[in-house]
Formats: sequence, C-alpha cells, structure tokens
Amino acid sequence: MPILEAVRLALSTIRAQKLKSSFTLLGVTIGVMFLIAVVSIVEGMSRYMEEDFAGRLLGVNTFTLKRFPWFENNVTEEMWKEWQRRPRIYYSDLQSVASVLPATTRYAVESQDNERASSAYARSRQVEAHAVDGEYFTIKNYELTSGRLFTQRELEMGTPVMVVGSEVATHFFPNLDPLGRELRVGGIPYAVVGVMKKQGSLFGLSLDKIVLAPYHSPLHRLTNPRGDIDGIIVQAPTAMAMDDAMESVRELMRGKRKLRPGQPDNFAMETSASALSFFEKLKGMLLVIGTALPAIGLVVGGMVIMNIMLVAVAERTREIGIRKSLGARRRDILAQFLIEAATLSTLGALIGIGLGVAVAELLDALTPLPARVAPWSVVMATLLGTVVGIVSGVYPARRASRLDPIAALRQE
Amino acid sequence: MSADYVTGEHPISTTAEREAVVATAGAAPDSDWVIVTRGLKREYDMGGEIVRALRGVDLAIRRNEYVAIMGPSGSGKSTLMNLIGCLDTPTDGEYWLSGQLVSEMSDDQLARVRNKEIGFVFQTFNLLPRATALHNVELPLVYAGVSAAERRERAMESLERVQLGDRFHHKPNELSGGQRQRVAIARALVNRPSILLADEPTGNLDSTTSEEIMRVFEELATAGQTVIMVTHEADIAAHAKRVVVLRDGLIASDDRRSAFKAQSGL
Repeated sequence: MPILEAVRLALSTIRAQKLKSSFTLLGVTIGVMFLIAVVSIVEGMSRYMEEDFAGRLLGVNTFTLKRFPWFENNVTEEMWKEWQRRPRIYYSDLQSVASVLPATTRYAVESQDNERASSAYARSRQVEAHAVDGEYFTIKNYELTSGRLFTQRELEMGTPVMVVGSEVATHFFPNLDPLGRELRVGGIPYAVVGVMKKQGSLFGLSLDKIVLAPYHSPLHRLTNPRGDIDGIIVQAPTAMAMDDAMESVRELMRGKRKLRPGQPDNFAMETSASALSFFEKLKGMLLVIGTALPAIGLVVGGMVIMNIMLVAVAERTREIGIRKSLGARRRDILAQFLIEAATLSTLGALIGIGLGVAVAELLDALTPLPARVAPWSVVMATLLGTVVGIVSGVYPARRASRLDPIAALRQE
Repeated sequence: MSADYVTGEHPISTTAEREAVVATAGAAPDSDWVIVTRGLKREYDMGGEIVRALRGVDLAIRRNEYVAIMGPSGSGKSTLMNLIGCLDTPTDGEYWLSGQLVSEMSDDQLARVRNKEIGFVFQTFNLLPRATALHNVELPLVYAGVSAAERRERAMESLERVQLGDRFHHKPNELSGGQRQRVAIARALVNRPSILLADEPTGNLDSTTSEEIMRVFEELATAGQTVIMVTHEADIAAHAKRVVVLRDGLIASDDRRSAFKAQSGL
C-alpha cells in the first residue's frame, strides 16, 4: 500500500476515534509544547543578550581594559586569588594607552560604585555613581532629553557637575526641572547639568538610576577610594580595527608590567564577545537542562502510543485477518500500523507546537522573560514527533503483521 | 495411507482427473486444471499430540466447475478450504493452483496469490465495518497496486454486477444481510480471480435471502467462474454440479450431481 494511501487510512482511523486518539497523543503534545516553550525562552534570552545586553552595556566594537574580567565561566578559587594579586589600573595608564591608539578610536575612563544620594526634595536613596572621563557618553551612546554634557573644562577641572538618569530626576526632583539644582552624593553637592533619556531595564534592573560626574571631581574618591579606576574603555570603528587596538594595548601593558613572553596577561580586556561567550555557555547548559524534561515527556508519550497501538492491534485482529485474506502482505500490515502510529504522533507534535508557540507568546507578552520561537525547534519537534511515532509503533506493527490470518479471522 | 489408483478405490470421478493427479510428482498439470492436489496432508502439533486434519487428499478441479465440498465437523473440510485458499500451507503433498506450485510458496508469494487468484466469501461477510461498500470492494485492488481511478471504476462495475449499483456509499451497518453478502461477492470478484471460494455463504442468512445468494452463485458459475462452495448442508451442496465429501481427513466420495442426487435420494 503506497504511503499516501496509508496516511489517509491512518487519518480516517484517527478521526473515527477522536476521543481515544486525543488521549493517545496527549503525552507527545505536552512534551513538545514544553520543548517549544523552553527553547523559545532560551533563544529569546540569547537574542536579548546579543542585541540588547551586549550592545547596550558593553558597546559594539568596544573593549574595556580592566584588572580582571567580569564575565567569566568556571572561576576557581585559585583564579580569584590570582586576580586579587594583580596590579591595579590607574588614571595614569590612560596616557600611555591613548598614545598607542589611532586617532579613529575613542576612549574613556570609568570608575563606578553604588552610593547614597540626596536632594532637598526627596528621601535619600542609592544610585549607581559613575566618575567618567573621555568620550564616555559617545561610546555608551547615552542621549540626553534636557541639559548638556560636561564641557572639556569641567572634565579637566573636575567641576562637581552631574548628569542624572531619568529615574534619578523623577525621584529626587519630583515635578521640578532638575537642571541647575543640587544633588548631594557623599556629602558633596553636584549641580545637575543634564538629564538622560530613559534607558529601560535589563532583566528587571533599571538602567536609569545612574548619576555621572567628571572623573576628576570628588566622586572618584568615593567610587574607587584606593585611587585606581575600574577600566579604560576603547571603541574602534570596525571589528578589525578593534582587534588591532586590542593588540596594541596588550603589547603596551605587557611592556609596562615587564611580562615575559611565556607569562599570561595580568590584566583583562573584556569585549562584548567575551561576555557573550559566557552567556553562550550558559545558554548551552540551559538548553540541555530545559529540554531534558520535555524529552522525558516525549518518551512517556511514545510509550503511551505503543500501548494504545497494541490494544488497537488486539481489537482489530479480525480486520487484519480480512486484509490478509484479500492479499495484504506482512509489510502492508506493518506499514499500515507503523504509519498510523507515526501519523498520530506527528499530529500530536503539531498540536504541541501550536500550543508551545502560544505559551511562548504569552510568556513574552506578560512576563519579563523574553521568548522568541526558534524555527529550528519547530522543525526538530515535528521530526521528533514522527520518529517517536515510528519507534513506538514498531513493536505493535510487527505483532500485527505476524498474525496468522486463519486465527485472526476467527476473532469476534 | 495412499489410495490404490489402479483398482479405482480412490474416489476420483473421472479418468482425466485421475490422470491429472497421478501425473509425475512435481510436474505442473496442464492449463485445463485450475486446482490439482496430490497427497495433500496437514498435521498440527497440539501440545505433544499430533492431529492429522488432512491425511492425503487428491483433488482435480477444472476451470468453470461448480464444486461443493461437504463434510461433518472434524472431517478436515475447513482445513482443506484454508489450504485451497492459500491461507495455510500443507505439511506434505503438492497443491497446484492455475499451474503454480503454491504449496512451496513463501508468505509474501501466498499473499499475492490470494490477492490475484482467490476470491473469498465468508459466512460472516467479513467486511470492514467503517468503510463504504465501494471502499470494501476496492480493497483487493489497493493491495494489487491499482491506481485510485481504475480502482473506483472496477469496484463500481463489480457492485453493479451484483445489483448493488445504488449502494456504493453505504456502510455495512446500513445494508441487509443479503446485501452485505453481495458486497462480499463483489469484493471477491473484483480482481478477476481463478476461483471463488465460499465458506458457508448462506449460514447467516434466512431462507429467502439464502436462495437469493445461491442464485447469484449459480449465475456466476454459468457465466464461467470457477466456484468452490464449502458447506455442511446437503441442500446447499445440491446447487453445485459436483460434490466432494470429506470424512476423517480423506475424500470419501467425489461425484457429479446426477450421481450424487441418486445416492442421497434428492
């Protein structure tokens, strides 16, 4: 019997017993539904990482010279200890770094910490304080909704001026124009000169609770009491240019610190790529764990199908006998039942895909979890559905094909 | 326990038949004979004990014959029917169907033979309950690999032949017993088989419908179809031109109708 015929026969048999068929494919449907939902969440997070997180937080074609990396897998006790022993990065390093960078690159200095701020108009609260220098705002792509950025003079003199984030503005200066007003951080008043455009949040954490002041202002003594800086950020126009810049800076630093050829770097240069690879590994782990459970669901679903098919074969023994008496060979009967199981299972998978997509869309819309349905998961789920059906159907189909027609015809 | 052909104690009716059977073992009988069996035996092992259902049956049936096979239960008539219908293989002996040595065939080959050469009609109709009359009749053609369009046409023709041209899309539960049996006959004939093999075809029908169905068989036989009817009822067997009686796994008698009628006083 040709495959198309058999599929049609399978569909009409399934249709004739809708309720029973529904229960049979329930396991597969639920397994696939969770599979799609989980993969969608992981893919959604991954996409978020690449587009929003990496882009926003770390910048494109950007690397930061730091003491040690912030995003690293499998940090051992040893590694941590070694990191603590490393020399610090200081403002004075900026000179030498700037000297090896081509004119096309931008650089900035960053020193940050959480500090308490207060104003005359609201209760004091924690803010993320950044003491910055160089083309910080350009590199980070921070836009203002009112006011201005620091002038070159203010940067050089360390004038106590501040650019605040949108949430800082609304909390500390409710219904007021913050420009020109004072915000106290660490007991020292800063004049607000600019308000930043709302940045939104990352995983539920607001990016608008920040305040920025020139590095040389008193702020840097608060954020890095030891006198060092958190990092020097360098942005290049292209990925290749960035690689070149990284090499130049690495050479410089190694020379400065008198490292021999065999010795590893005692500083870190973190790019969005290195942060991303951290998340790639995380994503990989999440995918494995997240799909393990639905996979078990699929196995159970397959066993359900196998058992129901065994019952079906027993109930339809007479039918099998009739078909054999009319000329059906063993392989015709085998194919009929195998295809029935596969069709049932694939149908279940397709329904599961539909449900999984719906769940993913709901999660994306209603929760902070990002979910994006990945086409590869849909294809894989469909294939899995068919494979599970075939594997579960083999045993019942063989039983059916081996029935003795004479005995089969005697069944009630 | 082979019969003595020379003295004629073996109950084969005619000389020609005897010759067909007695011919050199392994040689195909000539094309006049649709069924030839030589020393057909079927034994079962029922948990240590050997049951000899058939103990050496010699049979020769020509094309276009209308033969009834009779016998009480335990005579081996069902076993013989299953062997003739290629649903089973003999333990010993030869079975030639339309010149093919069926007794040596594999499962798949037998299935093909069943499909092409044999049309079954059962006592309990054995139609697929969830399929229409048309689809039931199409089934042998499906397994023969015939295209959908041709299948439909041939199935419709077959149903018209048994006067069910207006019932194509009815399901078995929407048909009377007689109609169901006619669908079964249409199905049996759709692949133009060598033999029409009927097992108590009127067993589940009332007397009027039985007569109706027997008339159908008679028409088919007259039109040239080889018909083999297995029954335990003498009045059903009387419709056939030749009656083979089995007893204890052997043929007890094999007579043309006139002789049979004379013997049983009909």
